[in-house]
Amino acid sequence: MEKENKTTGTVVGIVSNLVMVEVNGPVAQNEICFIALDQEHLMAEVIKVVGKHAYVQVFESTRGLKPGSTVEFQGHMLEVTLGPGILSRNYDGLQNDLDKMEGVFLKRGEYTDPLDREKKWGFKPIAQKGDEVQAGDWLGEVNENDQPHKIMVPFKMKGTYKIKEIVGEGEYTVDHKIAVVTDADGTETELTMVQKWPVKVAMSAFREKPRPFKLLETGVRCMDTLNPITEGGTGFIPGPFGTGKTVLQHAISKQAEADIVIIAACGERANEVVEIFTEFPELEDPRTGKKLIERTIIIANTSNMPVAAREASVYTAMTIGEYYRAMGLKVLLMADSTSRWAQALREMSNRLEELPGPDAFPMDLSAVISNFYSRAGFVYLNNDKTGSITFIGTVSPAGGNLKEPVTESTRKAARCFYGLSQARADSKRYPAIDPIDSYSKYLEYPEVQKNLEENVSEEWLSQVNKAKDALLRGKESMEQINILGDDGVPISFHETFWKSELIDFVILQQDAFDKIDSSTPMKRQKYMLTKVLEVISREYSFNHFEEVGGFFKEVINEFKQMNYSEYESDKFRQHEKELEELLKKQAN
Amino acid sequence: MESQAFQKVYTKLTNITKATVTLKADGVGYDEIASVNGKLAQVVKITGDEITLQIFEGTEGIPTNAEVSFLGRPPQLKVSDELAGRFFNAFGDPIDGGPEVQGEVRDIGSPSVNPVRREQPSNLIATGIAGIDLNNTLVSGQKIPFFADPDQPYNQVMAMVALRAKADKIILGGMGLTNDDYLYFKNVFDNAGALDRIVSFVNTTENPPVERLLVPDMALTAAEYFAVDKNESVLVLLTDMTLFADALSIVSNRMDQIPSKDSMPGSLYSDLARIYEKAVQFPEGGSITIVAVTTLSGGDITHAIPDNTGYITEGQLFLRRDSEIGKVIVDPFRSLSRLKQLVIGKQTRDDHPQVMNSAIRLYADAANARTKLENGFDLTDYDERTLDFAKEYSNRLLAIDVNVGTDKMLDIGWELFAKHFKKAEVAIKENLVEKYWKD
Repeated sequence: MEKENKTTGTVVGIVSNLVMVEVNGPVAQNEICFIALDQEHLMAEVIKVVGKHAYVQVFESTRGLKPGSTVEFQGHMLEVTLGPGILSRNYDGLQNDLDKMEGVFLKRGEYTDPLDREKKWGFKPIAQKGDEVQAGDWLGEVNENDQPHKIMVPFKMKGTYKIKEIVGEGEYTVDHKIAVVTDADGTETELTMVQKWPVKVAMSAFREKPRPFKLLETGVRCMDTLNPITEGGTGFIPGPFGTGKTVLQHAISKQAEADIVIIAACGERANEVVEIFTEFPELEDPRTGKKLIERTIIIANTSNMPVAAREASVYTAMTIGEYYRAMGLKVLLMADSTSRWAQALREMSNRLEELPGPDAFPMDLSAVISNFYSRAGFVYLNNDKTGSITFIGTVSPAGGNLKEPVTESTRKAARCFYGLSQARADSKRYPAIDPIDSYSKYLEYPEVQKNLEENVSEEWLSQVNKAKDALLRGKESMEQINILGDDGVPISFHETFWKSELIDFVILQQDAFDKIDSSTPMKRQKYMLTKVLEVISREYSFNHFEEVGGFFKEVINEFKQMNYSEYESDKFRQHEKELEELLKKQAN
Repeated sequence: MESQAFQKVYTKLTNITKATVTLKADGVGYDEIASVNGKLAQVVKITGDEITLQIFEGTEGIPTNAEVSFLGRPPQLKVSDELAGRFFNAFGDPIDGGPEVQGEVRDIGSPSVNPVRREQPSNLIATGIAGIDLNNTLVSGQKIPFFADPDQPYNQVMAMVALRAKADKIILGGMGLTNDDYLYFKNVFDNAGALDRIVSFVNTTENPPVERLLVPDMALTAAEYFAVDKNESVLVLLTDMTLFADALSIVSNRMDQIPSKDSMPGSLYSDLARIYEKAVQFPEGGSITIVAVTTLSGGDITHAIPDNTGYITEGQLFLRRDSEIGKVIVDPFRSLSRLKQLVIGKQTRDDHPQVMNSAIRLYADAANARTKLENGFDLTDYDERTLDFAKEYSNRLLAIDVNVGTDKMLDIGWELFAKHFKKAEVAIKENLVEKYWKD
């Protein structure tokens, strides 16, 4: 859609950030335009066209804008700029580098370059002169914060090309000519390290997208053990306010086994983003020993920043994720919160006076969400290497009601559901993921089951199911006890209940603020689950129901001390020994 | 735009609703303010040459031939140190009989702070109220509302918090305050000799509801002046945000917008976030802290207003009447300060987090014991002791009339632990028990 003569137009109507423009030429849906306002140019996107009128949503405040202002259309959709130097940057929803902006307050119409144009990168060629290449193929590599950042044939290029020349190893800026390729007709194209891609279009420069099959370790026990997510999988975390969504998301982004972490702070509290800015440069990545910030990209479009840019921010994050996936890297993308994104869609739909769907959300909400989640995934690249985007979004259900449209629509799209429960949060059982309502569809995939059997153990799946059953039976027993009273039920009901409490306290609950307990490797999770199940399978003798709770409280305490100790350390073994003695005393 | 003499005056309204008027005019900017027969109005919609104006005072008595002139600027406030000690209406005009304030003219509703320029909040705000300082510690740069039923004394508690917090300036944004409450604030501040550090923007129930929409922006423009230009710590009190949200829904309704949940406009979240996110800690030392009130109907926090607020603010404070002691307390279960982790045990004594958690846990045990009692089950000795503890805890720490320092609160906590429990029942780390246990 690149055009020689740019279409221009004139502002004829304004309602908040929706502006009506009379145009003098062709315009495309989602095309970007700039509206002149005094010395500033406000960026906007076409969202509807009626006759000669284009309706555009402005990514800034429209205060002071007058009818008659001139508008210049750009001939392309909203794009991100891709190249080395994206890691550890803080962008807004439109990929402006926030650190490059002057002053304390955001200025309207200020757009900053997402890349550093001066910095020189050590380039090593991978492809050679004469090679046949296509979009997404690797031409060379630079070292970006110790990640092998591949310089690729731009995704926009169609068909196959021959490399006419490629530079040798050396230090170049991003805009330096890296290669020249020729197409079938002999037309030459010069390539640099930079390329652009429209955020609302999924990148498809890969060979195949199979079903995800590999477990992605997060170190969070109630996810990895009970309802694991996969590399390239999708999940969502709905929860009322105050149930620990953000703490959980931060824990996952700190610990998950990913090469690149992208955090899209979409319409949430600014102080939470500040916490990431403050903490991540200090925290160490446990697997590489480097600072977490070095593998992290933050897209911050907080709740007080313009609404239309909030809508764009999740797409910006996803597109950057797709770029790194095409390099054969494991990307983890977290969006907090997708409800704010949906609300941005609702605000716009409302101003467009569209007929509303449920709760005044647009009718196509469900399709928009599904489409977005479908961009995650595990892929085989054209060179047989693999890459993945694992996507986890939080949902903030209005009034804590999981039947509201955003939660319902997301449930159709995401494969893992980690429902945060108010009751668990109230009793300080964190993470407050409800063990019974939550699910991971991946556990039903034969390829995932096979992967777990090979990498964890043969019995793993049956153990996980045993734990789930025990939790369910415990819940049922508790309900009976509540109805009939402590001494109105057989003692075995108390035993069943306390056995489920044991799983709850030892496996499900995890202290996100403790250095050791916060992250549990899979090996340790396997050991602990096996141990807990073994304790549960034993029979004990009790004379009175009051003994049951007392005994299990002591058992839980020993297990908790184990959780707080370095794995297989002396302290860990010591508590394990004390546990054995405790169990012997109560043995049947 | 100061050339008022040449201003064009329009005299033909084509449409009048309860809150808006429409007319044909040229060269008008979005958000610009206008005067309609002397009443202040703001541009809310432009379609070609048709301009829709929202009249803050309401459209009562406005004829179709009203005189309309556009001022070519958004609503503004003159800021300077002269603001201190003064009372203004929603438009920023003095209502205390004093002179006009001289100062720099600023547009209200200014842009957001760049998130990378914010500092992490880290300064504790002491209020002397243990239900807040001990269990839900406030931090400068935080935003937190009271979720309260209309019959609860939230304005009194808020005034108390304001006076005890060591803020350089206190800015009161009153929306739909009853005249009695307005006078109450005025008296309390006056009696405390604090008037010189207080600025008030007040819309009372006697004023038209739509005017309220200007109050938070006026208050926060003044707050930003003191926090940014003067590097002062500023505490902003907003009461009652539910009435502000109601005014939003009135306007959106008049503009034929499709309502979403609970008849609120679809943009409610963004509208509230724009205000609350003004709370900030600046790197140069200035800060804006917002303490607000959101009144509930029948304690329902799933209503769109408290629900959206809860997702935006950093916690919430609940007041509750404790019938055991006949006093109003800060509810330890439902209240939450999300930022307390940044200061407790760091700027306060090392035993703070553990004492806080244990006391709340024991208080929860007491609540269970009470349920048992009500259901006719027998109480154990432990149950009895938790009930005694709860009563004393409520009276000496949770009640809003408590005014002591944090160390003293912690000492009272240990005293109550030792009086009612064994060391093991309190379950606090051994080294702290050794240090603080009172035999």
